[in-house]
Amino acid sequence: MAYLIEGETGAWEIVIGLEVHAQVISNAKLFSGAATTFGAEPNSQVSFVDAGFPGMLPVINEVCVEQAVRTGLGLKAKINLTSVFARKNYFYADLPQGYQISQYDKPIVGEGELILDLADGSTRTVGIERLHLEQDAGKSIHDMHPTKSFIDLNRSGVALMEIVSKPDLRSPEEAGLYLTKLRSILRYLGTCDGNMQEGSMRCDANVSVRPVGSTELRTRCEIKNVNSIRFVQQAIEYEARRHVEVYESGGEIRQETRLFDSGRGETRSMRSKEHAHDYRYFPDPDLLPLVIEQAFVDGIKAGLPELPDEKKARFMAEYGLNAYDAGVLVAEKTSAEFFETVAKGRDPKLACNWVMGDFFAALNASGKTIEEPPVTAANLGAMIDLITDGTLSGRLAKDVFALMVETGKAPAVLVEERGLKQVTDTGAIEAAIDAVLAANPDKVQQVRDGKTTLLGWFVGQVMKATQGKANPALVNELLAKKVQG
Amino acid sequence: MSELTHLTLAEARDRLVKGETSAVELTRAHIAQVEAKRHLNAFITETPERALAEAEASDARRRQGTAGAMDGLPIGVKDLFCTEGVRTTAASKILDGFVPPYESTVSGNLKKAGAISLGKLNLDEFAMGSSNKTSAFGPAINPWTRRSDPAAKLVPGGSSGGSAAAVAARMVLGATGTDTGGSIRQPAAFCGITGIKPTYGRCSRYGIVAFASSLDQAGPMARTVRDCAIMLGAMAGFDPKDSTSVNLKVPDFEAALTGDIRGLKVGIPREYRPDGLSAEISDVWEKGIAWLKDAGAEPVEINLPHTKYALPTYYIVAPAEASSNLARYDGLRFGQRVPGKSLDEMYAKSRAAGFGPEVRRRILIGTYVLSAGYYDAYYAKAQKVRRLIAEDFRKAFETVDVILTPTAPSPAFGLNENTDDPVTMWLNDVFTIPTSLAGLPGLSLPAGLSSDGLPLGLQLIGRPFDEETVFKVAGVMESAAGFDLSPEGV
Amino acid sequence: MSLDISAVRAIATLARIELGEEELAPLAGELSNILNFVEQLSEVNTDGIEPMSSVADLGLPMRADLVTDGDIAEQILANAPEAAEGFFTVPKVVE
Repeated sequence: MAYLIEGETGAWEIVIGLEVHAQVISNAKLFSGAATTFGAEPNSQVSFVDAGFPGMLPVINEVCVEQAVRTGLGLKAKINLTSVFARKNYFYADLPQGYQISQYDKPIVGEGELILDLADGSTRTVGIERLHLEQDAGKSIHDMHPTKSFIDLNRSGVALMEIVSKPDLRSPEEAGLYLTKLRSILRYLGTCDGNMQEGSMRCDANVSVRPVGSTELRTRCEIKNVNSIRFVQQAIEYEARRHVEVYESGGEIRQETRLFDSGRGETRSMRSKEHAHDYRYFPDPDLLPLVIEQAFVDGIKAGLPELPDEKKARFMAEYGLNAYDAGVLVAEKTSAEFFETVAKGRDPKLACNWVMGDFFAALNASGKTIEEPPVTAANLGAMIDLITDGTLSGRLAKDVFALMVETGKAPAVLVEERGLKQVTDTGAIEAAIDAVLAANPDKVQQVRDGKTTLLGWFVGQVMKATQGKANPALVNELLAKKVQG
Repeated sequence: MSELTHLTLAEARDRLVKGETSAVELTRAHIAQVEAKRHLNAFITETPERALAEAEASDARRRQGTAGAMDGLPIGVKDLFCTEGVRTTAASKILDGFVPPYESTVSGNLKKAGAISLGKLNLDEFAMGSSNKTSAFGPAINPWTRRSDPAAKLVPGGSSGGSAAAVAARMVLGATGTDTGGSIRQPAAFCGITGIKPTYGRCSRYGIVAFASSLDQAGPMARTVRDCAIMLGAMAGFDPKDSTSVNLKVPDFEAALTGDIRGLKVGIPREYRPDGLSAEISDVWEKGIAWLKDAGAEPVEINLPHTKYALPTYYIVAPAEASSNLARYDGLRFGQRVPGKSLDEMYAKSRAAGFGPEVRRRILIGTYVLSAGYYDAYYAKAQKVRRLIAEDFRKAFETVDVILTPTAPSPAFGLNENTDDPVTMWLNDVFTIPTSLAGLPGLSLPAGLSSDGLPLGLQLIGRPFDEETVFKVAGVMESAAGFDLSPEGV
Repeated sequence: MSLDISAVRAIATLARIELGEEELAPLAGELSNILNFVEQLSEVNTDGIEPMSSVADLGLPMRADLVTDGDIAEQILANAPEAAEGFFTVPKVVE
């Protein structure tokens, strides 16, 4: 079902394109040898190059180039063996050179694609327009002094990948899925940590609307620097409704940059960006064209990890998982790895059910991460082994799982300590059944008269008599025989 | 005036090697001359104490046998090179009070070779000018004067005017210059000294205040070809901190001065003989051709058809790059700040107060030619014509080994002449700019005097990274010219 | 090509150089002269010619990903006209 905005004049479709700024994982900055770590003392991770001192020159960091190529390959994109760095000229307090070194008409990565995993298990392909490398700016802090802004250049010169989608997204939900998927790919590749709170992944959304059925592209507004996926979705929704209202009341949308106010859930015009920008891009004469060899690209390609889409396909084929489960498990590399450790040599569906069910629930409830899980993959696997060999019933397993979360002990230890071993001794079960039947002759008769639904009640009584340890399958089987006489 | 200040750099070096003089003696002599010639305003910042301390250290090195190629030789550094702990101004008010915490690669290389800097030399503001008149510290003055009017002050040329004046007035044995469109060669010609702009990429640009990055190149200015060869050897070299620096071994330039140019083909471009070229310039050029012929070289007429477009091309490319390179002078992290109510007001006031008229004009033109709607018509067009100009040279060098032209269309002009129209002023660089656009090595050497007693220079242009041939031919011409004159009173 | 006063004002704003009203007209004249001078490039046929942004005919050299710089906050701030608490400071920017 398409996502539409019902206006007074009819239904409107949203056209969304996203520009993501992803901070490259590297030790040093794009054009200097200063460090990139987050949260250092102000101006402590700044070289004279980053601070735009006279006579300072940029020299490119090879790993940043590699990371951009790696990301391009992960997005199935065209790698441009020759790309050009250009200067984007504008004045701002946290832009020391008075220009940002970026790539303009010759980016390092061209067109690619990203596959959205929709909630119903289906997929949709979104086009990637380009990816280019550029420098980050520093940080202006406006709340430290009543009349002054404070400037910290630690981020100045950190490598960013700007990843631009085609205007292929049609709903806030799709925008969210796009960002989730992109983040997942970046993390798989190890090219960006995807941390939106720390700003290592930031998103600008270009939003316009058009009447359903129309193929025109109307004036878009750019919502800058939104710092969570939820806010991106809220901002898009607000902005699209604003456009519809403006159009329906006979107004026009002006192309502009807007800011999302998460407190109010609104976007507003950024007046500081009002006066027409003219960035005067031109090739940076301090940097020659970046020429990379096909062998360099091939080497990176050979080292690419299995990416979410391929992993999902493999999980479906190899483990027989459905698209939804496979999609959830591969979203994070670590959860996919966790699952595979649990599933290895075991019933994959059982493993999937336990990971997706009790394990994820416990993970959420505990507030822990999959790197330090509430139950280790080894223990969860061992527990599944106990189910498979009949030591634990499904019900007992839930108890054991809860105890594993609580104590961190191995399942075999808990079974031993707490005496949770399933009873499979037919003699003991038969004794329990006999006792229950003997105590309820009237109900036995009812069953024999055809009220077979009462059998379940008998099972319950037997399980209760054995403190839940009786093997439920055996109880069913033996009970049926005995009642039927 | 001391005998020591009349040595060439090579002679001074040889005396030091033989122990006939000391670095301290040489330095003292030159410091005295710096003081005696202060009216030339060649220096923006003098560093005599530093220099003497360095001279003592140099003498100690020599005693220990660890002296470098230029050890103990007093030089000057154009105030466009950042020097650690020594004020660096680019002759602009906007860098007021700026003391770099780092050293440019070229001045650092000279230091490593043992050269002793006496201070920072005057220049046109941000190296934008051909007269030194745009300096915020007042113009440097040419030590040469007209026979007809010895009282009239003449410009030393620019932008490396302070460097040229200091070398000509024997204040230093050599000086660093930078050349973007002729800023080493034209002042060298005006002051009767030798200067070479090496091939783009030969010297690192790291730490040199940038004017136009794709053109800027450092080079030596000294009194002889050999002195320049020695000095370039110390300045040049691959620098991983400059992405446009070329990873080539630095040849022994001095060894190239063999004196043998037999069979070399020397290109004489027809386009450098425009209508209205002064007879004096034309004559000195003819003389140069004759010297080369006498030495066994073969003059060959060549065509460089796009020559006339070099000047307009340059005056798009250089200001465009400059407008961007000078954006960092915003009163925020260094230099002069004029307070403003808002950030933008602070920028606009600081930059208005900090930049002189010529710099402002070039920033505005550069901003305009890069701006939306004009980029293709101006900047992109100029970059295309630039390729055609470079191609002209490439083709010419298929048949010739070196090209000989005049350096400038006139001798030094008066301090109060040529001021009205910027475009007229720019014509000074008409013969040097094509070489800059093509990135080729270009050397100017004094070839004679004008009828009014002013030096005239000739320019030799070489193939990329073939400074050796340029030096070799220049050496032969230098001997033939016998120009060992010094300005009146020096 | 000639520039009028309002064009000069717009360029100066873009370049962040404050100009007095009395400076505009002379500058408009000077800048127009320069533009007229460079106008002659339009005579040159440049069809099919690649723009030349650098004479250096080599690839871009790359640097290893090593932290070799930074940790010099004091030197970074040493030349600042105004600084406080380890930051550069400027008139407050209102967003």
